Amino acid sequence: MSRPLPKSLNVNPFLDSWLRFDCAKRRVHLFSGKVEIGQGAMTAIAQIAAHELALSMRELDIVSGCTERAPNEGLTSGSYSVEVGGTSMRMACAQARTLLIAAASRQLATAPEHITVADGMFLVRAKPSNLSYWDVAGEVDFHQPVTGEAPFRAINADGLIGKPVPRLDLPAKLAGSGFIHDLALKDMVHARVIRPCSPKARILSVNDVAARARPGVIAVIRAGSFLAVVAKTEEGALSAAKELSVLTVWKENARLPGGSPVTEWLPALPTQDEIFEIRGADLPPVTGGRKFSATFSRPVLAHASIGPSCGLALLENGGLTVWTHSQGVYSLRDQIARVLGMSQAAVTVHHMQGAGCYGHNGADDAAFDAAFLAHALPGRPIRVQWSREDELSASPFGSAMVIKTSATLDRAGKIAEWEQEVWSGAHSQRPGSAGQPNLLATTEFEPPWPMSEPADPPFETGGGGLRNAISLYDIPRYRLKHHFVKDMPVRVSALRSLGAFANVFATESFIDELAEAAGVDPVAFRLDNLSDPRARAVVGAVADMAGWRYRDEAVGEGRARGIGFARYKGRAAYGAVIAEVVMEEGISVSKIWCAVDSGLVINSDGLTNQVEGGIIQSLSWTLKEGVRFDGARILSTNWEEYPILGFAEIPDIEVRLMNNPDEPPLGSGELAAGPTAAAVGNAVARALGVRVRDLPITRDRVMNAASL
Amino acid sequence: MISFFVNGQKVSVDVANNVRLLYVLRNHLEKKAAKFGCGLGQCGACTVLIDGNPTQSCDVSVEFAAGRSVTTLEGLSEGEVLHPLQQAFLEEQAAQCGYCTAGILMSAKGLLDCNPNPTRAEIVDALARNLCRCGAHLRVIRAVERAAKILRGETH
Ligand code: FES
Ligand code: FES
Repeated sequence: MSRPLPKSLNVNPFLDSWLRFDCAKRRVHLFSGKVEIGQGAMTAIAQIAAHELALSMRELDIVSGCTERAPNEGLTSGSYSVEVGGTSMRMACAQARTLLIAAASRQLATAPEHITVADGMFLVRAKPSNLSYWDVAGEVDFHQPVTGEAPFRAINADGLIGKPVPRLDLPAKLAGSGFIHDLALKDMVHARVIRPCSPKARILSVNDVAARARPGVIAVIRAGSFLAVVAKTEEGALSAAKELSVLTVWKENARLPGGSPVTEWLPALPTQDEIFEIRGADLPPVTGGRKFSATFSRPVLAHASIGPSCGLALLENGGLTVWTHSQGVYSLRDQIARVLGMSQAAVTVHHMQGAGCYGHNGADDAAFDAAFLAHALPGRPIRVQWSREDELSASPFGSAMVIKTSATLDRAGKIAEWEQEVWSGAHSQRPGSAGQPNLLATTEFEPPWPMSEPADPPFETGGGGLRNAISLYDIPRYRLKHHFVKDMPVRVSALRSLGAFANVFATESFIDELAEAAGVDPVAFRLDNLSDPRARAVVGAVADMAGWRYRDEAVGEGRARGIGFARYKGRAAYGAVIAEVVMEEGISVSKIWCAVDSGLVINSDGLTNQVEGGIIQSLSWTLKEGVRFDGARILSTNWEEYPILGFAEIPDIEVRLMNNPDEPPLGSGELAAGPTAAAVGNAVARALGVRVRDLPITRDRVMNAASL
Repeated sequence: MISFFVNGQKVSVDVANNVRLLYVLRNHLEKKAAKFGCGLGQCGACTVLIDGNPTQSCDVSVEFAAGRSVTTLEGLSEGEVLHPLQQAFLEEQAAQCGYCTAGILMSAKGLLDCNPNPTRAEIVDALARNLCRCGAHLRVIRAVERAAKILRGETH
């Protein structure tokens, strides 16, 4: 059986890049280039390996995200960890098992087709032999390319795949350890970086005399407008940093949009325009239908990890070691080496777990801060801890977006044409992308390293601003217009689900508007325009879970339900969400139902956990969040200024996983974002009879819309 | 020298009076469970118990702890035996990244110590000062309910 090789295997073809048998200790060491970012990926990958090797998970160790040992699997992002990293590991393990069986067949003088494995012991015609993996692994040459041709073990109900296996990383975390923040290197010293008071501000002068004279201060390091203090203790570094920041004079250069609405400031910026005729450009124009259009928006959003970024580094004997919670250790290593003028071989980057990251946050920047300071102070292990303020203002944001949807309903009430016009900044500007380091400190140096020319991920691989700009509905004429805003007033990069959140919010809100215009139940309207059977199945399932009966869904009664649906990226998992909202003093979401089809389920509880988390995070974006600025500075720099959903605001959530074991596993961490926002928006529209098209949907916006 | 008790052990530290308790615990006493999340008293990642009361350790100076009894997450389990709260969080898989978890566990401990049979609303109330960005809230609430049951001897 020949299957296409996932990218990770094309880049790291050799079997011994993926696993190693330690026969003396009777353990298998797995190497993963994907990393744990709180999404449970390592547990899923270990489950896959254990299944394919017919071993228990207890006999496996995973080394992940270390530039010295782990395969280079690029970034841990885009819900690809199980889809690509897991499938690669599965192919590697299937081949290892096949090779081990071949070795056993020689020793047992039995044809390989009569040999199976259970818990690492070979069985001959289902009868135990005395031979195990550990007896024959030494004879196998693992330095050979993974071909993808080794047969997979069948997945059956009593096996590991699909089971709610507990997360491997939780026991340590429940004991209070397990994070990069907790790493204490011998003789470690503490650093704080004094970040510009507004984006791109430059230092005019700094008086560091008093800070340097403080007991315990080891160094004040300045390189252009990069300013940091290193001290023996963390409290020493903190108070010296505070003092320095008061005595630093900045020239501010940023021009931020102040309080004006996204729909005004974003489309007013220069854009690079592109039109994609998705289909039906050659069809005759639609005549006699009814035309509709509406404009939607989302604000700039922050990743807002609970743990601010942290990085550690040590330069010793000419080698630099860096510890980071980055999503991409290889590209980070390459850029650190480049900026510091070191060879790549002299830089080792280790991944350690941080707080959930939800995309490109400050992790790489903090790692580089530490690397730069370690390079300046050889022999000293440096720990850099970002502040809450830095995390909410100096790390990259998710871009604001404006989306104009236009459609025509034909006489039969079907959607005849659709145009989606998207204004957005970049959704990815990671270290090394398009040739520049893209690390915050390097932009503060004198002269600064330029940020790379912003670019959007190619539309073909899921896109950035255009992610999910095309829905799955059967619409004969479909056109996209992309207005790419290159020069955003704030630094933007990848935030969980990229453009999908806003595109799905817009599309699925607009679908409800069309359904209403057609006088059709929004669930029925979706099904009428949707032929993809898996899409129909999740929409049907969620309606069933919620006991959806359109006739009974009151309008304008202050309580209502709404639906949202999408297939993430148009090619990953399917998800449909129904939200129930109650209008009390504010808008409160009382219940969420969600049906998911992500193909083969590896870990049912892990998947449910990801989906629940994605729903709650999306509710927070939908109801509360937006970065606030004045004309120069970012104002939302703490949790009071940038509130997120709290325990008192969490609805009941019911998730149903559709069992689809014959389909490949599909990335699911991001699928709920858009459908949740749309379901809430649609429910609010029905509850009050007014629609809010600008996120977040706050009480004030609802009142405004109602008074128009 | 400032002396207080951490998880039942007397400790003395030689630091300035105004240093935040969080840094003293993490760096001087190597108790890493309390996490730095904001340093502003807004997120609860650093929550510990001081004389039984859930307290944000980034928000109090070490001087405040003088003579008092501080409990960190490290003080919950006894050797290898998990505290019912830890056990319940494991059984409910009540975390994603887990960064908020240590603080949440301490808030929950503070609650269950004085209210062995809390309602859901009381649990939500006790966690009002803890933020979670990953969206593990529902599992956390279920886990606290389960821990309460274990502690009451209604399940194990
Ligand atoms: S770190 Fe103490 S409340 Fe956030
Ligand atoms: S589990 Fe990640 S912040 Fe709560």
